Amino acid sequence: MRFSENWLRTFVDPSCSSDELAHTLTMAGLEVESVVPVAPNFQQVVVAEVMRVQKHPNADRLNVCEVNVGEHASEFLWIVCGANNVRPGMKTVCALIGAQLPGLTIRRGSIRGVESLGMLCSFAELGLSDGAAEGIIDLPCEAPVGRNFRQYYALDDRVFTLKLTPNRADCLGMYGIAREVAAITASPLTLMPLSPAQSQISDTLPVQIEAPDACPLYCGRVITGIASDRQIPSWMEQRLQRSGLRKVNAVVDIVNYVLLETGQPMHAFDLDKISRIDQQAISVRYAKTGEHLQLLNGTDLQLDSNMLIIADHKQPLALAGIMGGSESGVNQLQTKAIFLESAFFSPAAISGKSFGLGFTSDAAHRFERGVDFSLTRAAIERATTLVLEVCGGEAGPVNEVRHDAFLPQRCSVCVRLKRINRVLGMQLGMNDVAEYFGRLGFDFSVEGDSFSITPPAFRFDLAIEEDFIEEIARIHGYDRIPASVPKASLEMLPEPETQSVSIKRLCQILAARDYQEVINYAFVEEGWEVDFAGSHESVRLKNPIASHMSVMRSSLLGGLVSNLQFNFNRKQNRVRIFEIGRCFVVNSSEEREVENIAGLCFGSALPEQWAVKSREIDFFDVKADIESLFAPNKVLFEPGIHPAMHPGKSARILVGEKFAGWLGELHPRLSAKYHLPSAVVLFEIRTASTVTHTLPIMRALSKFPPVRRDIAFEVDTQVTLQTMLDAILTCKADIVVEVALFDLYSGEKLMPGKKSLAFRLLLQDIDKTLTDQEIDRAVNDLIGMLAHQFGAVLRS
Amino acid sequence: MNNLEELFNEATEFLGKAESMAELEQIKARYLGKEGKLTFLLKNLKTISVVERPLMGERINLTKKKLEEAIVSRRTFFQENALLARLTEESLDITLPGRGYGTGGIHPVTRTLNRIESLFRSIGFSIATGPEIETDFYNFTALNIAENHPARAMHDTFYVDGGGLLRTHTSPVQIHYMENHQPPIKIIAPGRVYRCDSDVTHTPMFHQIEGLWIDEEASFANLKGVLAQFMQGFFEREDLPVRFRPSFFPFTEPSAEMDIGCVMCQGKGCRVCGNTGWLEVLGCGVVHPAVLSHVNIDSEKHIGFAFGLGVERLTMLRYGINDLRLFFENDLRFLKQFN
Repeated sequence: MRFSENWLRTFVDPSCSSDELAHTLTMAGLEVESVVPVAPNFQQVVVAEVMRVQKHPNADRLNVCEVNVGEHASEFLWIVCGANNVRPGMKTVCALIGAQLPGLTIRRGSIRGVESLGMLCSFAELGLSDGAAEGIIDLPCEAPVGRNFRQYYALDDRVFTLKLTPNRADCLGMYGIAREVAAITASPLTLMPLSPAQSQISDTLPVQIEAPDACPLYCGRVITGIASDRQIPSWMEQRLQRSGLRKVNAVVDIVNYVLLETGQPMHAFDLDKISRIDQQAISVRYAKTGEHLQLLNGTDLQLDSNMLIIADHKQPLALAGIMGGSESGVNQLQTKAIFLESAFFSPAAISGKSFGLGFTSDAAHRFERGVDFSLTRAAIERATTLVLEVCGGEAGPVNEVRHDAFLPQRCSVCVRLKRINRVLGMQLGMNDVAEYFGRLGFDFSVEGDSFSITPPAFRFDLAIEEDFIEEIARIHGYDRIPASVPKASLEMLPEPETQSVSIKRLCQILAARDYQEVINYAFVEEGWEVDFAGSHESVRLKNPIASHMSVMRSSLLGGLVSNLQFNFNRKQNRVRIFEIGRCFVVNSSEEREVENIAGLCFGSALPEQWAVKSREIDFFDVKADIESLFAPNKVLFEPGIHPAMHPGKSARILVGEKFAGWLGELHPRLSAKYHLPSAVVLFEIRTASTVTHTLPIMRALSKFPPVRRDIAFEVDTQVTLQTMLDAILTCKADIVVEVALFDLYSGEKLMPGKKSLAFRLLLQDIDKTLTDQEIDRAVNDLIGMLAHQFGAVLRS
Repeated sequence: MNNLEELFNEATEFLGKAESMAELEQIKARYLGKEGKLTFLLKNLKTISVVERPLMGERINLTKKKLEEAIVSRRTFFQENALLARLTEESLDITLPGRGYGTGGIHPVTRTLNRIESLFRSIGFSIATGPEIETDFYNFTALNIAENHPARAMHDTFYVDGGGLLRTHTSPVQIHYMENHQPPIKIIAPGRVYRCDSDVTHTPMFHQIEGLWIDEEASFANLKGVLAQFMQGFFEREDLPVRFRPSFFPFTEPSAEMDIGCVMCQGKGCRVCGNTGWLEVLGCGVVHPAVLSHVNIDSEKHIGFAFGLGVERLTMLRYGINDLRLFFENDLRFLKQFN
């Protein structure tokens, strides 16, 4: 909502500056987005009359004009002017010698040899518009010569722009804002001039409301014999302009003006375009399928049965409460008589409609939020008075059709002082509250220590006690409510040690291991889902913001690979990143959202440095990172096929028996597709699988020295370490307390198809020193078992 | 007698001139070895008269002990010198960089989330989460946002095929939590939210933190107190000015918008605050009775307040980040600045 401050001050004139007023409005919930002066600060610019125009002797495009500036000069001034719209008898604007214009000082001077004693101005030269070649200002002929132009054009004014919340439709009109300012500043309010217009003729149009729930109140009036080519007065034009509205024609301008003044949207039909038969003329009804309507904005709309329309007996005329039809609109050249409409359309009937249509209008914006239904008739009177003043003509009586039962109900609400103070956390008295309600113009009575209030017709956001508490807080001033720290009973929060997913901890582990966290959008390219999740069925958005963000990711890997590309293209040769985020799956038997943690490594294993030979990252580097994420839990890795991973370098990660995620090298096919020159190692884990930890319970330490035995075996290459370890752990004697692989060899010293694994065994007893015999037996048992199960040959 | 003294002096003179451990050992052998001069004197004691013998023996032993001490001291000197030489030789250019991993780090948004969480945890808030694909009911209806309410148009909602929508705010977590917990309730709900909006100041995904406190005596004044403390704590400025303005949210009544004095220009007016000196940082209010009644909490008995704040905005203000889009571009040169 934009409006002229001067206009506001005709209704309410608190003794505060513009900036103070803006601050007051903002702090009362009507946020002032901007306060902009209507005109730059220029002086010595006056209304002038062009008396004579002569060609400049030395320049074809210039004229020399004799100009009357009234009392500002003892005689007419000769002024050189280049505008092509200058003409004798024209009223225009003259900057006198010494005038300061934006970026320009007017001095006595000569132009091409002719002395010029001032400057005739365009709007642009005064900083009033940014239009370029518009010519000098053309004022109405009654403009008083010599008058200070700032005063004449009311330029000492500012435009306020309000950013209104959707509940404050009552401030979508000048009067509503004035009423609010009066309440906030406790200033007197001048009432709107709303007295009924005289009706000189008896013409009316019959009105039939077929949808009284959507339109419980409709006022219509015929005005005949109007001159619709008249111009509205300049004060009205200025107000419209300062509210951001352009001039259209006198009738439409007046309707718009009344909308701005009262907040009541109205519509004017060309009476001659309304077709009537007997007692049928205007009907308010829902459209029938197949009907269509050409709107004022040019849209040709196919109507459907949930659209409320105004129709004559033949066809739709207007989309009720939203926009008129172009056919029946007022035409400056042709319209001789009009049918004025002022109605109340219920918010439920209008809201959401313009959103569905893809355009909105000032009318729809107001009706969907709620328009004061006590002003419906007064507004039509106001518009009539103005039309008769400006365009002449004769008005018929107002035809008012009401269905009171369908008008919004205003039930009285009980507001308790105790509740007010409890909710706000302060101590107001009955008198304070009564004063605030009074200032707001609410109708209330006092009952003991509570109030019974009936919300006014102009407010659609006051229905319960809390709504009124907010009003009290607003008028009292949010600033003046104390800020106090709450008193509450202290209760310690649970701190589960073995059952918490600490995202923070996971982040810290990875960050300490040289990974950088990234955050990607959750909607991704459909192709990524195929490439990185092998998914052809994704959670799809109905209204994606862009085609490459149309499906919800079921894997974080695509985002990481694109981050790698982005950074690699910016000369980052080593990239280690991770992300934690939700992934979305269609499968309804599973959970729809799972939280994953995924990582990507590319480039050298360590940052390039002086003391370590550079080596490309590989599977086992990242495997260690994953083991540390799960520590102290042991994770298992088993071969598995992932759509985005190298089939021979990928693993399913298991915690216990449960699937926890994937680790592997990016499939060479995808490396090529995404132009990545070297190996990329990726992992993706469900964060929930990192949750459970066992509570550590101390075991006794042995006082006796451990014995180390190293044994190396030759086995077939396809035998995995894990199967051998599993067998060892199952069969080993209790005194074997630690088994670890410490060397792996395959090469020319061995037969093809064979590899050598060397294990370190630690043997120890808690109660005694082990004898050689016990040690040998334990080791030999394992050697025998491995020979038996895996054909493992002990190497000497 | 002088003979003994001369012998000692002679030996110490040699010791002083000795330049190596080997030389030292030779000197030791020359005086104290089997054939050494002092050893010889001791052996010759028996040739001395019985009367003089004890005194002479004592003197020789004393001289021997002194000489031994002198040798040890000289040996220690050599050892110390040798060690010193070795240490000098072994010394490193300790300004060379350390070996191994570099350091990674967390995203600035996560960093801010962590800070906010710790501030609220310190006064007993716990963390709640909820789904990102929501139903119309939780995202709107239960929050008192009716069908066709203009407030729904303010949220540019992403809808999901087959029903559901991407939550437009973290407020639905309130509802999920209240359905399963009885007051007193003190939670914050951090998370990603989605709106169909993308330009210089909007990204289609961003982070919010929702807060909810429901108790028998929670009030608007408390809301002001807690949030003022929070902002002052977050920016580590006790004198940070804050103000609350009336606003409108369907799920709170009274509702407020909270501003802080601009942390960029200290309230003088700059580009970031649009020359107002104030920054809008969060929306808040007293929980609307309709919201409480959806989850069967008696609004006569319990009062609650709620707030929702944008994490990216606070992150930008805290670390002087001037472009929202940097958060999701994931340029390592940007991200590493926050490690």
